[in-house]
Amino acid sequence: MGKNGIGKSTLLRTFSKVQKTVLGSIYFDEKNLEEYTENQLSKKLSLVLTERLPESQITVFELIALGRQPYTNWLDKLTNLDLEKVNTAINQTEINHLKNRKFFELSDGQLQRVLIARALAQDTEVIILDEPTAHLDIHQTVLIFSLLKKLVKETRKTIIISSHEVNLAIQLSDKLLILNDKKVLFNTTENLINQNAFTSLFPNNLIKFNKELQQFVINKI
Amino acid sequence: MEQKNYKKHFALLFLLLLILFLTNISLGSVNIPFKEILKTLSGRIATKESWEIIILNFRLPKAITAILVGSGLSVAGLLMQTLFRNPLAGPFVLGVSSGASLGVALFILGTSLFGGFLLTDVFSSWSIPIASSFGAFLVLSAVILASYRVKNTMSILIIGLMFGNFTAAIIAVLAYFSPAEQIQQYIFWSFGSLGNLSWSELSIFSSIYTIALLATLFITKPLNSFLLGENYAKSLGINIKKNKNIILLITCVLTGVITAFAGPIAFIGLAVPHIARLVFTTSNHKILIPAVVILGAIILLICDTIAQLPANEFTLPINAITSLFGAPIVIWLLLRKKKLYI
Repeated sequence: MGKNGIGKSTLLRTFSKVQKTVLGSIYFDEKNLEEYTENQLSKKLSLVLTERLPESQITVFELIALGRQPYTNWLDKLTNLDLEKVNTAINQTEINHLKNRKFFELSDGQLQRVLIARALAQDTEVIILDEPTAHLDIHQTVLIFSLLKKLVKETRKTIIISSHEVNLAIQLSDKLLILNDKKVLFNTTENLINQNAFTSLFPNNLIKFNKELQQFVINKI
Repeated sequence: MEQKNYKKHFALLFLLLLILFLTNISLGSVNIPFKEILKTLSGRIATKESWEIIILNFRLPKAITAILVGSGLSVAGLLMQTLFRNPLAGPFVLGVSSGASLGVALFILGTSLFGGFLLTDVFSSWSIPIASSFGAFLVLSAVILASYRVKNTMSILIIGLMFGNFTAAIIAVLAYFSPAEQIQQYIFWSFGSLGNLSWSELSIFSSIYTIALLATLFITKPLNSFLLGENYAKSLGINIKKNKNIILLITCVLTGVITAFAGPIAFIGLAVPHIARLVFTTSNHKILIPAVVILGAIILLICDTIAQLPANEFTLPINAITSLFGAPIVIWLLLRKKKLYI
């Protein structure tokens, strides 16, 4: 996490090879990211982006099944294994009732679940989500965060997200990467709190980090 | 992908295609009994030799051309709309048709301006297809070269449109300085025509068409992933650049060869994919590709049948019919559904 414009999305887009590295190189499983073909990488890493999907008529099921493309043959035929993975993803994200809807009929919260299901169906060790709760209200945001937390527990996948929801991220994440103008901190949430890492995240005149509550609070005006 | 059963749709459309095909062949300036037509088509000898010649050498190649042109343009339109994720894209926006027009215009109008060295075989049946393919190829390679430099698909679309304006301007200048006779000849070409193909031209046309269509089957999978946008497609293991080039190439070849043999035929490429999406309510290319092939063939056959209905000796320009008949359909569909998808 970090403030607006610090480069959260840029970092995630670079990790996922959506954009080229500005400087340096990235190693994934001891192999330079540049050396992965698209297909190799697609079996290791799946994405949930903030960009809007083009307006098509694909159904929720079709959208999730697209996650199986790295494994299907040239005709994109779904095997029993593929169908099983798709159905597991649908169950894990609890969207069985949406399966046959067109994706453009869904609310933002439902669509986010569907996109997460698509990433799950891709069956990768790592899932990267860029601001998964950007358009959601607080209730939907908590639902998505707890879903992600549950998925980490159940599937043992590594889920990397960028988020503006600082308070929720502190409560729910195992490890945090804090991007600052001056330095970059990466540690477990607990250690970061003890290191006073959050006090310098935002200018102090408006909001402060309250250590006992483990939350940011607005200064009394 | 889990699929609804579309077999019924396809069976009905196929039946419709067959009926239209036979209707198309049985209509024309010479009245031939339907029984004789079936007789000739099934390889037996018709009562009159002239009927046989009319059917086998004129009506049958024309009906087949209508099917190939209609389905080919529709496939090209579908590919463009998916690639650019823009419901207004069509095979002609890339400048392919304007390139072909430029080729033909330079050939027909330019010969009178730049001396007569080309005139020796002006009227051989091959010169116009060659000029048009050459023009299409030239403009398209310029667009493809530009697409290497520009990543954004929307910019490529605009570059294609600009090339179209540019070539239209050159044609206007050429026309301004040309004698009326040549202008008329050019305008006749631009009306489009399905009926000018001999069997030998048709065999070349159909083999290129078949190759392009087979190639389309191989890119069904990347086409479906393009529905999520390029970033998602890439994360699904699709080589974007390669598949983009294949899509451009197929469109180019299909549109180029069709424009070469049948002239610039408007509207079909833009509208048929939308009609197919509305009929089948899907964006899945495994359904859409066969759907646009069959619907495109049906619609151009209908247009051609209308074109030859009113007068017995004259047929209306096919290019006008496709727009006259088709534009209202798309407007009506839009008013009903209110939205265009890709």
